[in-house]
Amino acid sequence: MTLVQAASLLRTRQISAQELTTAFLERIQRLNPILNAFITVDHDGAMQAAKEADVRLNNGTATPMTGIPIGVKDLFCTENLTTTCGSKMLAQFRPPYESTVTRKLKEAGAVILGKTNMDEFAMGSSNETSFFGPVKNPWDISRIPGGSSGGSAAALAAQLALATIGSDTGGSIRQPAALTGITGLKPTYGRVSRSGMIAFASSLDQAGPMAWSAADAAMVLHTIAGYDPLDSTSIQADVPDYVNALATRMDGIRIGIPTEYRPDNLNAEIQKALTEAEQTFRDLGASLVPISLPHTRYAIPTYYIIAPAEASSNLARYDGIRFGYRCDDPKDLKDMYTRSRNEGFGAEVKRRIMLGTYVLSSGYYDAYYRKAQKVRRLIAHDFHQAFQHVDLILTPTTPTTAFPLGDKIDDPIAMYLSDLFTISVNLAGLPAMSIPCGADQLGLPIGMQMIAPILKEDKLLSAAHAFQTATPWHQRKPEP
Amino acid sequence: MSHDPLYEMVIGLEVHAQMRTRSKIFCGCSTTFGAEANTQICPVCAAFPGVLPVLNTELVQMAIKTGLAIHGKIREKSEFSRKNYFYPDLPAGYQISQFELPIIEQGELTIERDDGSHKRIGITRIHMEVDAGKSLHEGIQGASWIDLNRTGTPLLEIVSEPDLSTPQEAGAYLKKLRAILRYLQVCDGNMEEGSLRCDANVSVRRHGHTKLGTRTELKNLNSIRNVMRAIEYEANRQIDVLESGGSIVQETRLWDANVNTSRPMRNKEEAHDYRYFPEPDLPPLVITQQRIDAVAQHLPELPDAKGQRFIRELGLSEYDAGVLTATREMAMFFEASVQQGAHPKTAANWISVELLGRLNRENLEIEQSKVSPNHLGRLITLIQNNEISGKIAKQVFDIMFETGANPETIVQEHGLKQVSDTGAIESIIAQVLADNPQQVQQYREGKTKVIGFLVGQVMKATQGKANPTAVNAILQDKLTG
Repeated sequence: MTLVQAASLLRTRQISAQELTTAFLERIQRLNPILNAFITVDHDGAMQAAKEADVRLNNGTATPMTGIPIGVKDLFCTENLTTTCGSKMLAQFRPPYESTVTRKLKEAGAVILGKTNMDEFAMGSSNETSFFGPVKNPWDISRIPGGSSGGSAAALAAQLALATIGSDTGGSIRQPAALTGITGLKPTYGRVSRSGMIAFASSLDQAGPMAWSAADAAMVLHTIAGYDPLDSTSIQADVPDYVNALATRMDGIRIGIPTEYRPDNLNAEIQKALTEAEQTFRDLGASLVPISLPHTRYAIPTYYIIAPAEASSNLARYDGIRFGYRCDDPKDLKDMYTRSRNEGFGAEVKRRIMLGTYVLSSGYYDAYYRKAQKVRRLIAHDFHQAFQHVDLILTPTTPTTAFPLGDKIDDPIAMYLSDLFTISVNLAGLPAMSIPCGADQLGLPIGMQMIAPILKEDKLLSAAHAFQTATPWHQRKPEP
Repeated sequence: MSHDPLYEMVIGLEVHAQMRTRSKIFCGCSTTFGAEANTQICPVCAAFPGVLPVLNTELVQMAIKTGLAIHGKIREKSEFSRKNYFYPDLPAGYQISQFELPIIEQGELTIERDDGSHKRIGITRIHMEVDAGKSLHEGIQGASWIDLNRTGTPLLEIVSEPDLSTPQEAGAYLKKLRAILRYLQVCDGNMEEGSLRCDANVSVRRHGHTKLGTRTELKNLNSIRNVMRAIEYEANRQIDVLESGGSIVQETRLWDANVNTSRPMRNKEEAHDYRYFPEPDLPPLVITQQRIDAVAQHLPELPDAKGQRFIRELGLSEYDAGVLTATREMAMFFEASVQQGAHPKTAANWISVELLGRLNRENLEIEQSKVSPNHLGRLITLIQNNEISGKIAKQVFDIMFETGANPETIVQEHGLKQVSDTGAIESIIAQVLADNPQQVQQYREGKTKVIGFLVGQVMKATQGKANPTAVNAILQDKLTG
């Protein structure tokens, strides 16, 4: 059942929000012990929200999202509901405020089932850095679901929610969406408020929907998008009606195929799936145009300077003083800082804090951070140039399908390379989606990425919808 | 105190001025001073996870005002940066400040030196930044208390060029800067409460040398007097070090006003690496010329311009104009007195001599004066209208200063009204002339100075209430007639 279908059943009162929520909570209870997709299940809160949703559905104040059970990545602060960010540091943290994203969802009447697992502070590509243990891929529980929004992806793939909210700093929505066979959208930087979303890298972080289809994603995005006076980097632009903008044809749409995203050694099955997708787009009326994004190869090194630099500063507030983990019996201030942070953060977080501290330090700033900012502008300029000639860009989302648990966790560079195709988009602040477009020999999902110009989420969703109208890939579900 | 004449001082001041915005720089919390600890805080002040700063636009207006007042260049695009360091009263682990692109650059102000000459002092930059909280190390042994009420209070950091050459110039610069901030009503300028703070960078070099010496930074200077003293002390200390063959260590030194010395606070090895980088949570601040023009239209008249106008239009001396524009309150007092009809020069005299004299003796500020400008203006008008003499006016003023009563009532109640009735004066004069034949004789023999004595006798007989001009005229008339 898709979100759009469920919304219709709710609206026509063929099912109540409480019945729907109960069904999902039961399924979570059965499957979460295997998948570990949720860190916190808010049974009482969800039932209460469902009850209120039923009132709204009956009295005519419902929105299309009213009564829809969803999961929210555990870095969106939820008032009085534990928000861990996948870290021991915040294992007991109950925020006294609500993130703008969850506030908007609640106001629309959505039912938050719980908080989904994630890599610690969103730092990881496999969901193995979570303090609360790795998430299993519902397609093969010996494999990773991708990260950092691995819990949101797995929860959706296993039908533990009708939609989930993720966040994407370097691919954290799109990469797990690809590896679990779902639809994930990273909006334009600033399209969705970051207020109350625990920061990893402020200039790259962006919240977005993960859903079964482009149509579902459009509904969720419409609910969470928009300018927020609490986030000075959010964009002051009207939110279009994404659902209404969905089309089934792509006549006249020009799709750019960047040569840099088709390396010779690209997984043959992914290559094949992309080739087939290209044909589908042609059949839908689109034209394909080869393009070049020459600075692509600098994206990973650039990202791994900027993101850790911002993270090293963003994570300085976790000092054991006002909230979060504090070590036992600190001897003095320095001991409290050192041990609280040493004991409270995991290895990957510490690695990135050190990396970020290094690249910002006096004497290295110009060589690393300043240069990375220049390269970032060049990467953004590549896209800007390309969009003079094409409407959308099509690439693979990931270089491989889901890999086995433990495969790359001890090899950070190999892990970082799994975000090869998604990272440039964050550096350029563009909207992009991953949608399912095939499966490998093992039946594991393959995703493709579409990238649009700034604020063209409607075009992106429309193309994805047209593709999904013509193909069945998004309807494949793992065995229960 | 004086320093070796072979050396000259090179001084630059960094002033932190707390801005009087209603709310904090990045959230809606109040900025009121003196509230109970941690009662004026929110998740933004305490840097909780996920919260974001939103810039207070009132602060930007104040920064633009200040920039215009010091003839600075207001950047079309400025940016905020993070200054990273760990300290318990800095909740985020970074201070949001402006680093590479401050809002104001290349300003200046003019100070008057002790010899009356003027000197232009460059202001390198003014930037906006956030104040930290307070750590209190009293109470329980081995524990510290953190008060975050001050966290988020907006500051302007005003950095001068090293254009100051003496402690007196440094003092004059601070006074001038403080006056400007108060005229603009952006800062209350209270150094004791810390709403205005000053660090001094001091180095010395031999006269004629162009290369700057190694400088030290002086902190904890909580009054203008301490700024001047600490600079004097530090320059002498550096000269002693150099003269005995040593070299100056670049360091931060803490001034101890109790013993009038400074001691090292931290040296280079312990110096922080602040890892500045642009604040990603705030977009660059863009200020249009239109916005600057709008602020400029509402800029109040500032001390220099006001002083020039007092000289040009009201005929004051440069000295009086300087005294009367030294603070906004003084200037307002003067202008209000003149508005009551007091002659500007007379009013200037009364304020700078009588009023300030009394206030200084009683250690009061002009805002605390019981004599209102309105009353002082009316007192002067009474003199101008020959209703009381200057001498009587001083008696009236003393009563006004003590009681705050209005001058007319005092004159009435104490029967101090001047006698201008020539008939009454003539009869007293006739009596005085009859009583002092010797002096009358002397006058008539050419010793005309003796008239002073006779006037004195008349005034004595009238208890000072006779109009001295009338007395003089009638006396001369009688003596020569």
